[in-house]
Amino acid sequence: MGLLSKKDAKLIMDPLLDDNPITIQVLGICSALAITAELEASIVMAVSVMFVLGVGNVVISLMRNVIPSKIRIIVQLVVVATLVIIVDLVLKAFAYELSKTLSVFVGLIITNCIIMGRFEAFALANKPWRSFLDGIGNSFGYGLILIIVGFFRELLGSGTLLGIKVLGDPIELTGVYAYGYENNGFMLLSPMALIIVGLIIWVQRSKNKTLIEDE
Amino acid sequence: MAINKDKNSYTIIFAIIMVVVVGSLLAFAAEGLKSNINENKRIEKQQNILYALGINENDESSAVFVSKDVVAESFAKNVTKQVVIQGANATEDPEAYLIDVKKEKSLAKDDSYQRRLPLFISETSTGTYYVAPIRGKGLWDAIWGYVALDKDMVIKGVYFDHKGETPGLGANIKQRFFMDDFSGEHLNDEAGNFTGVAVAKGNNDPKNERKTDNRVDAIAGSTITGNGVTAMIKDELKLYIPYFKTLKNN
Repeated sequence: MGLLSKKDAKLIMDPLLDDNPITIQVLGICSALAITAELEASIVMAVSVMFVLGVGNVVISLMRNVIPSKIRIIVQLVVVATLVIIVDLVLKAFAYELSKTLSVFVGLIITNCIIMGRFEAFALANKPWRSFLDGIGNSFGYGLILIIVGFFRELLGSGTLLGIKVLGDPIELTGVYAYGYENNGFMLLSPMALIIVGLIIWVQRSKNKTLIEDE
Repeated sequence: MAINKDKNSYTIIFAIIMVVVVGSLLAFAAEGLKSNINENKRIEKQQNILYALGINENDESSAVFVSKDVVAESFAKNVTKQVVIQGANATEDPEAYLIDVKKEKSLAKDDSYQRRLPLFISETSTGTYYVAPIRGKGLWDAIWGYVALDKDMVIKGVYFDHKGETPGLGANIKQRFFMDDFSGEHLNDEAGNFTGVAVAKGNNDPKNERKTDNRVDAIAGSTITGNGVTAMIKDELKLYIPYFKTLKNN
C-alpha cells in the first residue's frame, strides 16, 4: 500500500483477521445474528455500517478534545443517531426506493455496538485520519463475517444466493432437489448464525494460536 | 489556559449547546425535505394501489412498481372511482387515497368515532375490482398493505409492506413469492361467511393450488409477522363487509 504508511495499513488489515470486531472483539454480534438470513441484507448492512462508522469516527475524533468525559457516551450516541437520521431523511427525499430498503437497518445501525465500541476505544484518543482508517478497517472486518454468515445461511437455508435459485427449485424438484436434498429451515433462525460465528472463531483460533487466551 | 473539562458547568453547557445544534440541524433537515418526502409518499401510495390491481412492471421474481413518470396517468385511468365509507354511507371522494389509515385507526379506538374507510374502485374492460387499504402489527413495527378484491371477495392481488420486520425473514412479506400466493384466494368460506386468508404453517400446499381453503403458505422463521398479516386481513377487511353486501343486493 503505497498510499498508506505501515502503521496506517495495519489499522485497515488488523480488523480483517487478527483483531476482527465480531470474532475477536465480540462487538456487533447482535446484528450479525439478526440480519444474516440473506446475503443481500448482509451486504447492505455492511456498507451502511462502513459509512456510519467511517464518518462517525472522524466526527468524534474532531470533537475528542472538547467532549466532557462524564457524558461522552451520550455524546457518541447523539452523533450516531444524528448521522443516521440525516442520511435517512436525505435518502427519503431523493432516493426513495433505496431508503425503503435501508429503513429497516436504521435502528440496527444506531444500536450497533461496533460503532460505540470504536468511538470509545479508538476515535476518542486518535487523530481524524487514523480514526477514519480504523472505522473503515473495522467495518470491513465486520462486513466480512456478515457476508460469510449470510452466504451459508442463505445457501443452506433457502437454496438461493442474492435471491437467485442456485440449487434448483425446491417446489418443481429440479437441480439438487431432484435427488432428495432439502433446505434446512433451521439455518434461517438466529441460533444457526451464532453457531456459524462460533465455527469461524474455531477455525480462526486453530490457525493462529496466539489468539487463544492463557488459562 | 486550558478549560477544566471535569467541571459540572462545562458538562452542562456542552450538553445544552449539543442539543440546540443537533436539534436545529435535524429540524431544518426534516422541514426542508418535507415536501419532497411527502410527494414521494403520495406516489408510492398510487404505485401500491396499482400494484394490488396487478398493474406493475414485475420481472422474473422481484416486485417492481410502475415507474414514477407514468404513475399519475395510470392511476387516473385505472382507479376510476374512490369512495369513503363511513357507517352505512359511501361517498365519492377523488382524494380518498390520501386518507391516513393509521390516524383513522387510532381515532376509531374511541367507539363514538365512525372510521372513514377508503375504497378504490377500478372499472376497466378487464373487470371491476375494489382495493382496500389494510394496516396491522408485525413483529417489530407496523405492517400494512392493499388488497384488491372482486365483488365476491375473491382476492385479485395484494401488496404488503412493513416498517421494520427482520430482513430475510418477516421482511419477505413484500416479496413476490409471498404476495403472489394470495391471488385467487377466497376471503369467504364455502358457506359464504367471511373468514379471511390465514398465513398458515403446515398448509402443505406449496404450489398454492387450493384457492378456496382460506390459507396460504407461511414463510419459515417469520411466524409472528405471518400472524400479523392474518390478523390484519381479517380485522381490516371485515369492516368492508357491509359495503360488499350492498353491492350484491344491487
